[in-house]
Amino acid sequence: MTRNHKLIAQALAVLVAIVVVALAPGYLDLFTVMQLTLFASMAVLSLSLAFIWGFGGILSFGQSAFFGLGGYAYAVAVGNFGDSTPAIVLAILVPALFAGALGYFVFYGRISDVYLGVITLTVTLILFNVVNSTAGNEYTIGSVRLGGFNGIPAIQTFNMPFDPSDILYPEHAWWVTGGLLIVVYLGLRLLIGSTFGRIAIAVRENETRAALLGYDPRLVKLGVFVIGGAIAGLAGALYVNWGAFVGPTIFSLSLSAEIIIWITVGSLGTLVGPILGCVLIQYLVSQIGTQQTFNSNLVLGVILVGFVLLLPKGIVLSIQQAFEHLAYWWGQRKSTLPSSSLDVPAMEGEKG
Amino acid sequence: MVGQGCKGASLVPVSGLQSGLVLTSYLKGIEMDLAVIVALDVVNGAASLFLLCLGLAIIFGMMRIINLAHGEFVMLGAYATVVSANAGLNIWIAMLVVAPAFVALVGLVVERCLIRFLYGRLIDSMLATWGLSLFIVGFVTTIFGNTTKGVPTPLGGFSVGAYRTSYYTLFLLAMALVAAGIIYALMRHTRFGLIARATMQNPEMAAKLGVNPARIYMMTFTLGAALSGLAGGLLAPVSGITPVMGAAYIAKAFITVVGGGAAILSGTVAASSLFGFINQLGAYFTTPVYGEVILFTSAIILIRLLPQGISGRFFKGQL
Repeated sequence: MTRNHKLIAQALAVLVAIVVVALAPGYLDLFTVMQLTLFASMAVLSLSLAFIWGFGGILSFGQSAFFGLGGYAYAVAVGNFGDSTPAIVLAILVPALFAGALGYFVFYGRISDVYLGVITLTVTLILFNVVNSTAGNEYTIGSVRLGGFNGIPAIQTFNMPFDPSDILYPEHAWWVTGGLLIVVYLGLRLLIGSTFGRIAIAVRENETRAALLGYDPRLVKLGVFVIGGAIAGLAGALYVNWGAFVGPTIFSLSLSAEIIIWITVGSLGTLVGPILGCVLIQYLVSQIGTQQTFNSNLVLGVILVGFVLLLPKGIVLSIQQAFEHLAYWWGQRKSTLPSSSLDVPAMEGEKG
Repeated sequence: MVGQGCKGASLVPVSGLQSGLVLTSYLKGIEMDLAVIVALDVVNGAASLFLLCLGLAIIFGMMRIINLAHGEFVMLGAYATVVSANAGLNIWIAMLVVAPAFVALVGLVVERCLIRFLYGRLIDSMLATWGLSLFIVGFVTTIFGNTTKGVPTPLGGFSVGAYRTSYYTLFLLAMALVAAGIIYALMRHTRFGLIARATMQNPEMAAKLGVNPARIYMMTFTLGAALSGLAGGLLAPVSGITPVMGAAYIAKAFITVVGGGAAILSGTVAASSLFGFINQLGAYFTTPVYGEVILFTSAIILIRLLPQGISGRFFKGQL
């Protein structure tokens, strides 16, 4: 396929996604729509780590820190303002600022690999411990009690922009969540195709070489990290909008682990893969919850180990590779044009 | 406690001046006792942390593999102790023999089936061992259920002035010292230690000299697992045992090992003393929760200042 064909196919795929999002409430019952809303908000979270890990090369073991901060920022802001419009903005800004501060501390100290993992993991634990111990009336921001272990219940959900009297129905919330998932996906695609995205991929591939070419890897990584934090914060607001509740378990290690599993299953280095992995795993976990034989941790553990050992590229890239092999084999049999697609490296920035 | 002191003082029939003096000396005694107790707490915290980290430190220091299932190895050691002690086995045998032996066996199986495919792939090994940890948690939950188990703390207690503490605290300290001594002797004075250190420094050269690195890695991983099991066994009497208890340990052990750096013994001793000290003092002056928060925050700052860990800066090239 030429580049133009690819673009047309992808534009069609996005169009289909938009139509599906628009029509889903008409054909599905309310429970399924609510379930899909949850999946879509989690998929936004999945995209945030897919971007910083797959395209920035930053493995954060604590992406749920930004997710949780976004959720709490939304809950506190909407309780105080009574209007969800500035609350959503704050849910994006607060985690972005936090990511900026943490990222400055980490990247400008030239900390990488294990050390980055341990720091992000630890920050998540700190947030969990602190928020978990905020029970009691003295921990109040404005008119909202943080509630410690019990969390914040009965949070006001999204309303029409600047019109607090017009609260959105679940169908509308689905349109907002599904629509934002598509917007975030498209935004990330454009970003990855832009100069900044290409530099980020260059830094991921070889930091020293990128630095020698005149780019500042610290700044680029910081930028990627902040964008990832902002998206995770948005996902947090969407999640709170779905459940009207936020508690400290939003900072839990198991959620951070699950995001990593979504991406490993879907395919690191793509954007479609992590969305797919997220929905698949979420669906699986919700199905496991309906029976008693298998514990969900057990199944998730087997899936993660299995993928790392047997299918380290994940579903999407493996399928793509299989198709390329098929095409190559087909092309050879007909002895026509030699396929050049096999030479493309697996972690190319254009995919997904 | 101060109330007790006043009561004691009022029993002594003396003049006002004298009673004031008695009271002061009494309070001083209480302060001394308190200092002793806090010091014991700090030492206990450091010793527990050291025991908890040693297995992870050996695996990380020797093979550059971060075993994120380390907390679950500890948990398995604790369960092995509880199950065998409840089955009527002597508690000391359960703690000191059954727990390390059982987890060593688990470690051996895990190394053969999983870890050996992942040497040199740091991130993949972290992901796979994370998956393993989820698997073990799920498995143990399926067998034992999501309930807290425990064994009674052996040895009894003794008094320091107005306070009581248990002999088990001192036993943990002794065990930490013994474990450190055994590892030092093993690494420094035996043939296995020599070969293991050589493999750690340069696996290819060791292989050329006739050593099989895969075998050494297998033995080292098993040793690390056994030490994790020992830690689980020793901590079983002083902690609530649940399938998810490993999660509480892994972060602490992880930052201590990374903060300690590549030198197995000196790094871990230095980091666990420092972090144990900070944690216990923080917990004493605020709450246990904020003690942990202070510990984590200072660990992050330490890693930022010394990215190679304490031993990368101060004990370079040592064991």
